[in-house]
Amino acid sequence: MKRVLLIFSFLVFFTAGFSQLKTYNFDQLQPRLSTGSDSVYVVNFWATWCVPCVKELPEFEKINEVYSDKKVKVLLVSLDNPDHLESRVMPFIENHGLKSEIVLLDDPQSNRWIPMVDESWSGSIPATVIFTKESRSFHEKIFTYEELDAIVKSKLN
Amino acid sequence: MKKLILFIAFALATVSLLNGQGYNVGDYATDFRLKNVDGNYVSMSDYPDAKGFIVVFTCNHCPYSVAYEDRKIEIHNKYREKGFPMIAINPNDPEAEPRDSYELMQVRASEKQFTFPYLLDDGQAVHPVYGATRTPHVYLLKREGSKYVVAYIGAIDDNYRDASAVEEHYLTDAIDALLEGRKPDPNFTRAIGCTIKYVEK
Repeated sequence: MKRVLLIFSFLVFFTAGFSQLKTYNFDQLQPRLSTGSDSVYVVNFWATWCVPCVKELPEFEKINEVYSDKKVKVLLVSLDNPDHLESRVMPFIENHGLKSEIVLLDDPQSNRWIPMVDESWSGSIPATVIFTKESRSFHEKIFTYEELDAIVKSKLN
Repeated sequence: MKKLILFIAFALATVSLLNGQGYNVGDYATDFRLKNVDGNYVSMSDYPDAKGFIVVFTCNHCPYSVAYEDRKIEIHNKYREKGFPMIAINPNDPEAEPRDSYELMQVRASEKQFTFPYLLDDGQAVHPVYGATRTPHVYLLKREGSKYVVAYIGAIDDNYRDASAVEEHYLTDAIDALLEGRKPDPNFTRAIGCTIKYVEK
């Protein structure tokens, strides 16, 4: 019986573990910032505490939904403090019903990786990279759905 | 005269917005006259003995700014005696971010017992001239006669989350370099921060 309990608790532990967000350092995230495939990638840097980011999240969610049958992939990179993963980020994702893929970037060496995302990025968020294998654009701004949609459309063609 | 200064400030702000840039290291930085949390107006020219200034654009609401509050106090307390006092400026429009209102700045300054002035960029005319885009965003200035040369732009250090895990003390290393007659290296760094808040037009 004890052994069964032990196995059971292990199972619970691991399932709980797998339902967590992936946490990357920048070197782990970097392969997700370029592509050799035919898809359009929309990568948005945000945080739960960033009011303008939270405000524009629905636009990214809408892109994710509207283009679900097209080669468009949305990735939301949270810059929240990893200590707040359980207490803030997970509940936030649940409450807002976010469907896009989300990862947490845990890498304090921002002076190193900010220019690797884009040389022109000053470091403020929200910030978004939209790329295909041929073209790439970087936006340190708050998007409306129409603006986002226009860029995705132009890159799909 | 006041009108002329306003006009020049406005012209500079417009130009800088058009460029989308602001200052680079080596540029001369403009003085300002902004209201402190104690009700008095503060300019760099009020400090005739300063060798330079740590101008930091910061605010109440941004978690990155908050994470650096204790370090800012510590740095100011150490470096004002060496001739480099800190001047903190809140660049946000309180209408866009009510947590950064003048009254709440007073509350925060008193709670944390800020030893440096904490000014409101009322009308948002100063930070665009500097080119600040986020909080916190530091401009280290070195006095040359009556002018202020930008010597370092960027982050305070390389770890906002954990002061004890900092490996690169960018700002204090830059000040130490100036005190020793060297040029700061690096003189430009980047960090994640909160966007400066404007009322949507």
